[in-house]
Amino acid sequence: MHIIESGNVAAATGVKLARAEVIAAYPITPQTPLTEKLSELVDSGKMKAEYIPVESEHSALAVCIAASSAGSRAFTATSANGLLYMNEQIHWAAGARLPIVMCVVNRGIGAPWTVWNDHQDSISQRDTGWIQLYACDHQQIIDTVIQAFYIAETVSVPVMVCYDGYLLSHTYMPFDIPEQDAVDRFLPKFAPAYFLHPDNPANLNTVTLPDIRPDVRGNMAPGYMEIRHNLHADMRRAISVVEEIDRKYQQAIGRGGSPLMEKYRCDDADFIAVCLGSLSYQLRDVVDTLRNEGVKTGVAGIRLYRPFPDKAVIAGLSHAKGLIVFEKALSYGNQGALYADIKSALYPVTDRPFVHNYILGLGGREIKTPDLLHAFRTSCTDFSNISDEPRWIGLKL
Amino acid sequence: MSEKTSILTLPEEELVHPGNRACAGCGLSIIYRIGLKALGRDTILVVPPSCLTVLQGLYPIASTQLPCLNVTFASTAAAATGVLGALRAQGREKTTVAAWAGDGGTSDIGIQALSGACERGENFIFICYDNEAYMNTGVQRSGTTPQGVITTTTPIRGKLQKKKEVPAIIAAHGIDYVATASAAYPLDLYDKIKKAKTISGPKYIHVHCPCPSGWGFDPRYTVKIGKLAVETGLYDIYEIDHGKFRLTGPSRKLESGKRKPVSEYFKTQSRFKALSAEKIQEIQKSIDEKWEGYHLF
Repeated sequence: MHIIESGNVAAATGVKLARAEVIAAYPITPQTPLTEKLSELVDSGKMKAEYIPVESEHSALAVCIAASSAGSRAFTATSANGLLYMNEQIHWAAGARLPIVMCVVNRGIGAPWTVWNDHQDSISQRDTGWIQLYACDHQQIIDTVIQAFYIAETVSVPVMVCYDGYLLSHTYMPFDIPEQDAVDRFLPKFAPAYFLHPDNPANLNTVTLPDIRPDVRGNMAPGYMEIRHNLHADMRRAISVVEEIDRKYQQAIGRGGSPLMEKYRCDDADFIAVCLGSLSYQLRDVVDTLRNEGVKTGVAGIRLYRPFPDKAVIAGLSHAKGLIVFEKALSYGNQGALYADIKSALYPVTDRPFVHNYILGLGGREIKTPDLLHAFRTSCTDFSNISDEPRWIGLKL
Repeated sequence: MSEKTSILTLPEEELVHPGNRACAGCGLSIIYRIGLKALGRDTILVVPPSCLTVLQGLYPIASTQLPCLNVTFASTAAAATGVLGALRAQGREKTTVAAWAGDGGTSDIGIQALSGACERGENFIFICYDNEAYMNTGVQRSGTTPQGVITTTTPIRGKLQKKKEVPAIIAAHGIDYVATASAAYPLDLYDKIKKAKTISGPKYIHVHCPCPSGWGFDPRYTVKIGKLAVETGLYDIYEIDHGKFRLTGPSRKLESGKRKPVSEYFKTQSRFKALSAEKIQEIQKSIDEKWEGYHLF
């Protein structure tokens, strides 16, 4: 069924279709309409779930961690400072291997306060051991939320579904809502190997020592380092799992095909823009304009940011002469995080494309298509000042 | 309270394996063993970082026989909320959820989550074992460290501020059961946990818990010192049952009996060595006034 609704309602609808059992959230702009919608769905009886209106984001994720440990499918959502307030719990959820799904409605981080969109919030959490997926439009939000539970539960790693605050969360777009029956056929019931139960007691997340130790039967148990190694190994495995689940979603629902990155006119492109989120759709206009000018350009929206799909980057983008990374986040004192990741992925390639980095849109600074066009065109035509120093679009010093 | 449990009627089944990592003379060892008997096997524990984390054992060995979720320091009551949410979602509401935290994890870093959970009316038992400092990290002052106490962060003059009255703060949430207890009177604690299990909504039990290494006394005196805290009227055993306050057990006897002077308690522990005679007199006066207030009840 097609409806016209906001990105936040698309996310909430995905959570309902995925039959999340425990939802905990604390209000923060621009996430609020998502949690309002979920509380309405639960309060009206349209959705069978426990909605817990916690007193902080730290507690929101605490509820999800505990609920997931006790064997229930758990969901939360937040933005910006709320995500940062969760930080300790974000690491904890990954270390405890809990398949929680969280929507991050991307917003800039204070200080100074901003409620507007950029990607610094979720990018700052890239090394926590969560899978990160970025959606480009409302359809991708609902589809990705449903898939996220499947991915998380397959590899026992939590998943962030990131989408742009306001640009997607508060705008209205038509999208298709999958049938509940089809989602039920696609998404297996949550069946954890272990969950908190008095019939099968265990002491979870207890203190580990630096080395491995035998258990009471004399069998060696993995230590902290082995546990963390396994998290990394399963994160790497998650790349193929994301692809496999996308194929299953295509079969069940009829949409998909770009599980790792969404490429537009990339195959014969000499210059390819690379970015996260809805910006990649805005860049399609720029690509079309430059193509009309005779410059063979394309754009790739990275969907799976963690684990980073380095092999897909090589296979799909390394044929270009240049990659131009447009980013709404920055590793301060260095360069854009995605830029560094793209360069790192390309290192094994002998005949590498050059890579440019643009920083733009911080704190919701308007991203004007003519500015994107100018920047992209400059990168395609002027190779005089290639450097690692990121260049800024829309900066008014 | 109904029939009082005695050592003869206490269940024999142990829910703590023999041998744990607590210090000799640890008050927590006593109440953990007896408390788990009261909670029973159909219980899920939620524990933040504290001495209990260590007592329960280092991976992959555990002394507890109950399922236990170790959680981050600030999140105990929120995590208990999450367990309850999952149990409701799965129709497993009969299982008891008990959060068990130290005084720092309750009165300081954990109080926001605890307040939120009490306000929401979550159906759990929250047990705070109060050894009156951050003992697991090496005796730093906490919100419940009493005035005058030497800790590693109040090393010279002792703590200048008063002990935070956590049970009163929790009672102000209007929950149906708040009680205090002491490791020196474990059967009283047993009965209070049993009673808490019959009440729905949040239940809060604050347990005074002598700590030989943190308080500076010989491990064999744990029970004696716990009793002295009560007998001097410094630490009071009571319950607030559906809003009704009453002293219970040993503190109730003090209503008509004679309290020992507070100085008798202070001289048993090296942590009080910074207290001057004047300060002790001042504390004695405030304790006398507190008890006059009880008599007005």
